Amino acid sequence: MTPIASIEQLAESYDLVVVGAGPAGLSAAARAAELGLSVLLADENPAPGGQIYRAVTTTPVRNRAILGEDYWRGADIVARFERSQAAYAPRCTVWSIGPDEAAPGSFELGLSLDGKARIIGARQVILATGAQERPFPIPGWTLPGVMTAGAAQIALKSAGAIPSGRTVIAGCGPLLYLLASQLAAAGCQIAAVLDTTPSGNWSKALGAIPDFLRSPYLAKGLKLMLTARRKLRFVSGVTSLTATGSGKLATVQFEQGGRTGTIACDTLLLHQGVIPSVNFSNAAGCAHDFDVEQHAWVPRVDAWFASTVPGIAIAGDGAGIGGAESAALRGEIAAFGAASRLGKLSEAERDRQAAPIRTELDKKLRGRRFLDLLYKPAPQFLAPPRDETIICRCEEVTAGQVRDAARRLGVTGPNQMKAFLRCGMGPCQGRLCGPTVVELIAETRGSTPAETGYYRLRPPIKPVTLAELAALPQTEASVKAVVR
Amino acid sequence: MSAERRSADVIVIGGGIHGCSTAMHCAMRGLSVILIEKDHAGRHASGVNAGGVRQLARHVAEIPLSNTSMAIWHNIAELVDDDCGFTSDGQVLVAEDEADLEGCRARVADLTLRGFHHEEMIDAKELREIVPAVSESCPGGVISRRDGAAIPLRATQAFKRKAESLGATIREGVRVTRVEQDGPNWRVVTDAGDFLAPRIVNAAGAWADRIAADLGEPVPLEVIAPMLMITAPLPAFIKPVVILRGRKLSFKQFGNGTVLIGGGHLGTPLRDQNVTLLDWRKLAISAGTVWDLFPIMRGAPIVRAWAGIEARMPDDLPVFGRSAKHDSVYHQFGFSAHGFQLGPGAGAVMAEIIATGRSNVPIDGLDIARFTTTH
Repeated sequence: MTPIASIEQLAESYDLVVVGAGPAGLSAAARAAELGLSVLLADENPAPGGQIYRAVTTTPVRNRAILGEDYWRGADIVARFERSQAAYAPRCTVWSIGPDEAAPGSFELGLSLDGKARIIGARQVILATGAQERPFPIPGWTLPGVMTAGAAQIALKSAGAIPSGRTVIAGCGPLLYLLASQLAAAGCQIAAVLDTTPSGNWSKALGAIPDFLRSPYLAKGLKLMLTARRKLRFVSGVTSLTATGSGKLATVQFEQGGRTGTIACDTLLLHQGVIPSVNFSNAAGCAHDFDVEQHAWVPRVDAWFASTVPGIAIAGDGAGIGGAESAALRGEIAAFGAASRLGKLSEAERDRQAAPIRTELDKKLRGRRFLDLLYKPAPQFLAPPRDETIICRCEEVTAGQVRDAARRLGVTGPNQMKAFLRCGMGPCQGRLCGPTVVELIAETRGSTPAETGYYRLRPPIKPVTLAELAALPQTEASVKAVVR
Repeated sequence: MSAERRSADVIVIGGGIHGCSTAMHCAMRGLSVILIEKDHAGRHASGVNAGGVRQLARHVAEIPLSNTSMAIWHNIAELVDDDCGFTSDGQVLVAEDEADLEGCRARVADLTLRGFHHEEMIDAKELREIVPAVSESCPGGVISRRDGAAIPLRATQAFKRKAESLGATIREGVRVTRVEQDGPNWRVVTDAGDFLAPRIVNAAGAWADRIAADLGEPVPLEVIAPMLMITAPLPAFIKPVVILRGRKLSFKQFGNGTVLIGGGHLGTPLRDQNVTLLDWRKLAISAGTVWDLFPIMRGAPIVRAWAGIEARMPDDLPVFGRSAKHDSVYHQFGFSAHGFQLGPGAGAVMAEIIATGRSNVPIDGLDIARFTTTH
């Protein structure tokens, strides 16, 4: 691995640029470099690992039991990448991607590192930008003291920090139990776990149980769940949540089976599962479909994780939620695909080398469907029923405003909604409000999320400062092209 | 209003602000109207432009239409039941040096001779009062005080909704494939069947050359994709819209603090795919201009950039008025990246011409015949 410390050290172009240094990106970059491609792995974080293996090489958390054995498995993936010939640019943001009009079939990527921007070329691109937490707007979720479970996990992994005071964890999904046990092991005072998994999901998930019984998740999941239930105050069947407090969080109120409860707390961690992070693939022009079982937009990919834009592949959870171990395998398969498209590997050789990885991937994905069906969020947490609930934090747009625009002004899709209410136009670039806006429009108009569509996203995929952009090195051709 | 309506007094092709405005004004005059739009109203240039409502620095041939429009903009809520996000804090053309300023003086003197008084010279002191953040080196400029900005898609859709409420039939998601004569009528062939009307308006924006060609009036229309970018919210520091004389820039801070940077650097349009490609090296030039002019902006995060699909004519002036070939065809396209402000007034003038055969607002110099004189 060649570390890149300043933007001048980047080559003019690479055979392959991989975006994101989680398990998928690390594995894709390592494999592609092993196959003889010139590879750049660009990642925003200071150290490799992505979210799931975040700070695995640098974490101050030394007691391995706190984060669990699965976490430390990331060290092997990082080590393999470090042995490879790939270039690695940490703290580097890729903010745009577009076709290189001078070299058809290739791409131009805009990158920023240490306050400077550059545009470089890539013949192939693998997006390994992973997942994000599903937005979970409840009344009061913008109060200081309320954060997402994932944010708490990042603080734990990267800084060894835990929430101070009484902490309530609320929501649904496997990560909820994992985080509860990690935080408890690290000494956090967990007042309660409020589980919003709809009880009706169990019957919907029944058909997927046989696969789940043979899956690697089963034993781990059961153990996590039982431990959490045994050691912590656990409230299941929660149907409504409200955070209250003046200036900062004071209590969380919930409903369960027609009863209401109130818990005083200092921190509320919200989590409603994870969904593919689609901003990059969407802005790159890749086609997306609405996956009904994962209840999320997922880029359309083929068996090699190639998107509908030739030359762009999407590996890992960004191409559909499959978990960390499957992400690493999908990264490898995507790398075989890219190498083959570049002519570095015959199709027969590609198929042969990828075969055992595919077998392993099938094994890892077994049981996934059960988790998707069981942990599908309840409708009232996807489309907040109370009008005053803020759904776009950047522009302070409420659920009621979106419903009103959809009903009274006849706004039919999220792109029109942007123009009317500005939701999706703030610094988060729609990451937080997008899925909720779609749900609210679909609900109001009696259609489905698939029919409603999603934001048409535009670069920069991550904000870039005016100063970085203004100092972008110019080519002579582009200076001339301006004078029309 | 019936979704199944197949014939009307007028068919308008194109649901941008021009098509919607013309449809609305025709409906106000009691004409039955069908508007046909291939995507949704305001999907392209009309919905994604910078929203500048500008009389400042217009070509003389456009000023009468622009003046008519400005009067409407200042009462827009009464007309379309929505304020369209219109605010009027003026637009300022900043001269970057003495040569720029001399050009400004000559321009304002020429306008005065022609009887137009909406553009006024301002000196360095007044420029600094109106735009305190502008670089110290700028010696003055020109102001048009009644100018401002609006929210483009919202404005376009307001015209659409008002047209609909007055009885116009709006067919969105319907693509026109051909236009042909059928006795006294025009037959507009679409992917949702045929529509008939004795009069048609070609307001198809970047696709209008195809309609014109069908009508035997080919025009040299260039498809362009002017790029824009916007920042995260910044503390309020500027009220009017700022444009430059020498360099390409349009600069506006909204009430929520976000700053819009435009000015016409072009990306690549792919009109058959409804897609535009951004050119970051050209956007970087806009960023460099802002860096020079507004030091306060240097650390601002840019959160989004985009481009619309637009029609540009070789002389940068629209094609507006009756066809040179057919008495019952009207053209309203080719606004060359500055048509948004003109929409409300152009629709009123077009409807007047359709309904009465004439208008007092001069539109000399905008005729399609300027491109078809060889016949």
